[in-house]
Amino acid sequence: MEFKKDRSYSKSHEWVRELVADEVEIGISDFAQDALGDIVFVNLPEAGDEVEIGTPFCDVESVKAVSDIYSPVDGIVSEVNEELLDNPAQINEQPFESWLIRVKKIAKREELLSAEEYEALVKEEA
Amino acid sequence: MASYVPSTIKEREEMLKACGVESVDAFFEQIPYELKRKEPLNLPEGQSEMEVSLTMQELASKNRIFKHVFLGAGAYRHYIPAQVKYITAKEEFLTAYTPYQAEISQGLLQSIFEYQTMICELTGMDVSNASVYDGATASAEAVAMCKERKRATAFISESVDPKTLQVIRTYCEANGMAVRMLPLKDGKTDLDILKEELNEEAACVLLQQPNFFGLFEDAEQIGSIVHEKGAKFIMNVNPIALGLMKTPAECGADIAVGEGQPLGIPLSFGGPYLGFMAAKNSLMRKLPGRIVGETVDVDGKRAFVLTLQAREQHIRREKASSNICSNQALCAMTASVYLSVLGSRGLAEVAEQCFSKAHYALERLLEINGFEQKHKGEFFHEFVTVSEVSADKLLSELEKYDILGGLALSEHEILWCVTEKNRKKDIDYLIHAIKEVCEKCS
Repeated sequence: MEFKKDRSYSKSHEWVRELVADEVEIGISDFAQDALGDIVFVNLPEAGDEVEIGTPFCDVESVKAVSDIYSPVDGIVSEVNEELLDNPAQINEQPFESWLIRVKKIAKREELLSAEEYEALVKEEA
Repeated sequence: MASYVPSTIKEREEMLKACGVESVDAFFEQIPYELKRKEPLNLPEGQSEMEVSLTMQELASKNRIFKHVFLGAGAYRHYIPAQVKYITAKEEFLTAYTPYQAEISQGLLQSIFEYQTMICELTGMDVSNASVYDGATASAEAVAMCKERKRATAFISESVDPKTLQVIRTYCEANGMAVRMLPLKDGKTDLDILKEELNEEAACVLLQQPNFFGLFEDAEQIGSIVHEKGAKFIMNVNPIALGLMKTPAECGADIAVGEGQPLGIPLSFGGPYLGFMAAKNSLMRKLPGRIVGETVDVDGKRAFVLTLQAREQHIRREKASSNICSNQALCAMTASVYLSVLGSRGLAEVAEQCFSKAHYALERLLEINGFEQKHKGEFFHEFVTVSEVSADKLLSELEKYDILGGLALSEHEILWCVTEKNRKKDIDYLIHAIKEVCEKCS
């Protein structure tokens, strides 16, 4: 299992990468994709939508379950990863490349964990 | 016993309060007051089997069963080959309701899978569900499938069966969709108004084909107008007419629904009937109800399974866009047995007979003085006439000839239906009877 150092992580297993000032990319962690199993469908928001800390912005469907993905920031969706619509399995194969959304105009962030802290959290949960 | 008492008076009051209504009666205000029972049931003492059977026979004999029927308007009398009843009456297939623990019952799942396959073949669509309660429910569920955040208005043609429209309105009122009616021109959806009215808020356009007045709509053209405006196109189709006309897929429909009763299901005073629903692949995850898929088991043998359950309400209840989680298993089985007994050539023949006999009946009706065809345009097995004689009067007089005539749409308009069950001599007899009635009335 991989815990990339250039990302920060939420307790609900999303990763966040800083792009430019005031814009981030959000995806789900290697641990999360592994726990979900084969992902068959992603329900993405639209560009221009508002996201809010602790509120689901997207859901991913694996073979027999659907899980909500929570936003770790307050902001506006600037872009969604449309490639995932055709190939949701990409999240299983490359969780760190498969970003779900990009968020701009970030007003607030939740307290995020470093890779080490997140790894410790996952070990505790496992 | 406590668990068998569904709710206490206090709980009921709380529920009513939460729903914002005063009384249970408020939920049933759709039912006319005079039809509601005011006193408790007056049941006799226990009776022997023979007594009960005699009582039931006496009750049944009060029903008037007409020798000749020319009434359709949503429920159709078709010939049902004897095999259909014989096969579906087999105990293995009989189930009072939706099969539970379905993975165990492979035979039943296979029967649903075959049904879905036939509905897809009939409509040309990619994926079908295992059926819903009836055609009106199917239409309302289809409308609900199309709701998007920025598109929440359903455009419904005025030529849709009024009963279907009522169910759609009920759904839309509850799920926050607006309903807008599309007016008609010569009994068909007005294309010019459609082009003007359709806006960015349009989630879908629902069309009935053939429409309530029996006419064929310009479905292909409507389909392309609807898609130009980015809305979804829903077609409510008569499955028998599909033996003759273009499939919903060929007309560009995104969702095809309809009442499956004509497919071997007897009229039975209005139910149980069968709502079929099929959609394009892109809408697969929004299709409500259960869907049976084909797979292989651990030994690699062909097997059937309820699939795509993640989108169904029992997993994701709070986000489900539909609460339908059951189907009309036995009716669906009946439809698939009927279709397989008939075959594609048989279905085409039924459709051709309906079509040509209805056209013959109209021709003969137009021979009668004072009878006119209400709408120009091509029709399937129903048509509307305008007559000088009062519609109600004519229909009640026809009863004396053992004829159940059409549906009175207004004082002088009648919607007639002719199927393969009406023989040429029956149609001639109808004409003869109408002529006599008209002579008497004038």
